[in-house]
Amino acid sequence: MKKSLQITALAAATLAMGLGTALADSDMPGITKTEIKIGNTNPYSGPASSYSTIGKSIAACWNMVNDKGGINGRKIKWISYDDGYSPPKTKEQIRKLVERDEVAFTFQTLGTPTNSAVHRYMNKKEVPHLFLATGATKWGQPKKFPWTIGWQPNYQTVGAIFGNFILKNYPNAKVAILNQNDDYGKDYVVGMQRAMGDKFDKMVIKRETYEVTDPTINSQITSLANSGADVFVNISIPKFAAQAIKKMAAIGWKPVHLLNDVAASIGATYKPAGLENSKGIISVDFYKDPNDPEWANDPETVEWRAWMAKYYPKGDLKNKFNAYGWAVCHTMIAVLEKAGDNLSRANLMKLAASLKEVRVPMLLPGMYVDTSPTDFYPIEQMQMTRFDGTRSVRFGPLISSETE
Amino acid sequence: MSFPQTHRVNPAESYRIFGVLLPQCRIALIVAGCILALVTPFLVTNFTVFQLTQVAVYAIAVLGLNLLTGFTGQFSLGHSAFYALGAYTAAILVDRYDVAIYWTILPAGIVCFIGGFLFGLPALRLEGLYLALATFALAVAMPQLLRYEHFEGFTGGVQGIDLFKPDSPVPFLNSDQWLYYFVLFVGALLLVGAWNLTRGRTGRAMIAIRDNPIAAKTMGIDTSLYKSVTFGVSGFYTGVAGALGAIVAEFVAPDSFTFFLSVWLLVGMVVGGLGSIMGAIAGGFFILYVPNFSEAVVEFFYGGDPSAKALIWVAFGTFLIFTVYVVPNGLAGLVRWCVGRLVR
Repeated sequence: MKKSLQITALAAATLAMGLGTALADSDMPGITKTEIKIGNTNPYSGPASSYSTIGKSIAACWNMVNDKGGINGRKIKWISYDDGYSPPKTKEQIRKLVERDEVAFTFQTLGTPTNSAVHRYMNKKEVPHLFLATGATKWGQPKKFPWTIGWQPNYQTVGAIFGNFILKNYPNAKVAILNQNDDYGKDYVVGMQRAMGDKFDKMVIKRETYEVTDPTINSQITSLANSGADVFVNISIPKFAAQAIKKMAAIGWKPVHLLNDVAASIGATYKPAGLENSKGIISVDFYKDPNDPEWANDPETVEWRAWMAKYYPKGDLKNKFNAYGWAVCHTMIAVLEKAGDNLSRANLMKLAASLKEVRVPMLLPGMYVDTSPTDFYPIEQMQMTRFDGTRSVRFGPLISSETE
Repeated sequence: MSFPQTHRVNPAESYRIFGVLLPQCRIALIVAGCILALVTPFLVTNFTVFQLTQVAVYAIAVLGLNLLTGFTGQFSLGHSAFYALGAYTAAILVDRYDVAIYWTILPAGIVCFIGGFLFGLPALRLEGLYLALATFALAVAMPQLLRYEHFEGFTGGVQGIDLFKPDSPVPFLNSDQWLYYFVLFVGALLLVGAWNLTRGRTGRAMIAIRDNPIAAKTMGIDTSLYKSVTFGVSGFYTGVAGALGAIVAEFVAPDSFTFFLSVWLLVGMVVGGLGSIMGAIAGGFFILYVPNFSEAVVEFFYGGDPSAKALIWVAFGTFLIFTVYVVPNGLAGLVRWCVGRLVR
């Protein structure tokens, strides 16, 4: 009798362990009186490791927050794992964060394929999957994926900004488009189509694509130039953007050149292509480039620089990603401060999706983060820039795009 | 005329450890291992069950590579390609043709067998390092092929394909536990298959090719056929692992199958033990747990320092060098050495 009781107890214990994760659901997982546990994955190794400074700068940001006493008396426990930009590894690390470390939510998990691998898992588990570090458009589907929200302007937003810019300034233009042939490149075109409506088909007279594996895009540029287009929308990564600029100079094609923000970098694109050739290129931006002399005495940039020196001295002051990390970290701080003591997952998600014109440092002046239960795209404003041969000068008003 | 029959039984079978006959020890160990594998899912969290499932998947892939490299002596840096082929075969069957996941495993294996055999035919004229280079090309090309626009309708391009994990048909198992048992079952079948393959005539031929290809040829072994078939079988194993891996991760994308995966399988094989079937299991554990362990060690010593992340792979490298230095014949070799010291 005693033995059978023992067995029953053992069996019950085993079962309870198996169900443990299901039953151990308290009101506020990952939250204690003194701590908020936040999970993250970043590519600290592997092909995309140049992005990992974002994860590191956010860690440094939390160190600063904790030194100041935390948020509402709670310190931040930041658990950031390496996924090597490999989706199966992301899945493992995210499950570890959610099931073993029992984080309250994840924040700024980096990469499109990596986040895709856990998109459904997070929504099934109902764990907030906040402010992802990727520009894909699919992170803003509040109906289908109510627990996932992006952060930076998505590629369609930028496409729409370009579309509106063309309609307003060059209503009679003949437009040529070059885009990378994947979801990133196609997203831009979709955004343009949405902004331009039926004018898109009338105005766009030539389209070319390239594969990311192509050695050069010279033939595409020649064919676009021969079409006689006077506005060129260039949706390419830095390597190909530089090739395009060089080739255009070589064959003397001088259209209005709209270049996507992905490649709008002096170091990565304009210098290799030749600063003289790059003059006049129009692009968009949404946060301050710390290299730009315009911000030398800007209080936000000065504060950012002081923080970098104290909390992330090994970080590169010239690397824009460190400013990005600072800005996105402050978005998260805003949500946590607003939440006060109600740090349940449902409430955190609700607050992340109801940020009303929140100002975050290092965004361009006048810009803010704004979300609603039907708008899961926090940053939808950008400003046009024109490269003057030494730096990208902002012009015109902040532009907001209509992506619901 | 009759031969003196002093050694009618394999002498190894008369050795004893602590008074118990060696074969009995082996059986006892295997039974204990099986029981442990069967009971564990009820004793640990779902997350650990998920990790153990991944270990089993890697173990199968390492076993596949081991058949080729450990037994036949042919190098391959291209096994991530077979893994990807298996994973995508399973994913496409589920996604486009609504095949139940259980029925995708065998087709994935067969596709990879054919792929391996066909690749093996020309490639196996190459020896050693040249073969390694040819297979390296395969590993590098595969993710690009998966992204290729004309295959996009099938492969989903860069976005990959979502899969659904099956619900458990057994009421007292949750879906993680169910998947674990399914993978374990497939793995056990493949393990027994590899065991039989390598212990018969075929196995001796494979080992002969590894140890001395010229002598093997002289003895009448059709070396190129054996090499190609082994390449196919190796592909089969790795493809099955890929299909299971896709189901476990519930997602496939080109970035899941980079050249690094090949390197990981190679590491798992060498650490587990070249030419050892049980070593593959140890290799699976090494692939999954040692990087995690390195991360934990760095976390423990450097906690909040954001720059310390770079040290993870330094720690991992140290563990790897340590392992290779201390147990040069892999973990299976270590076990063999221990048994050698203990027998009387």
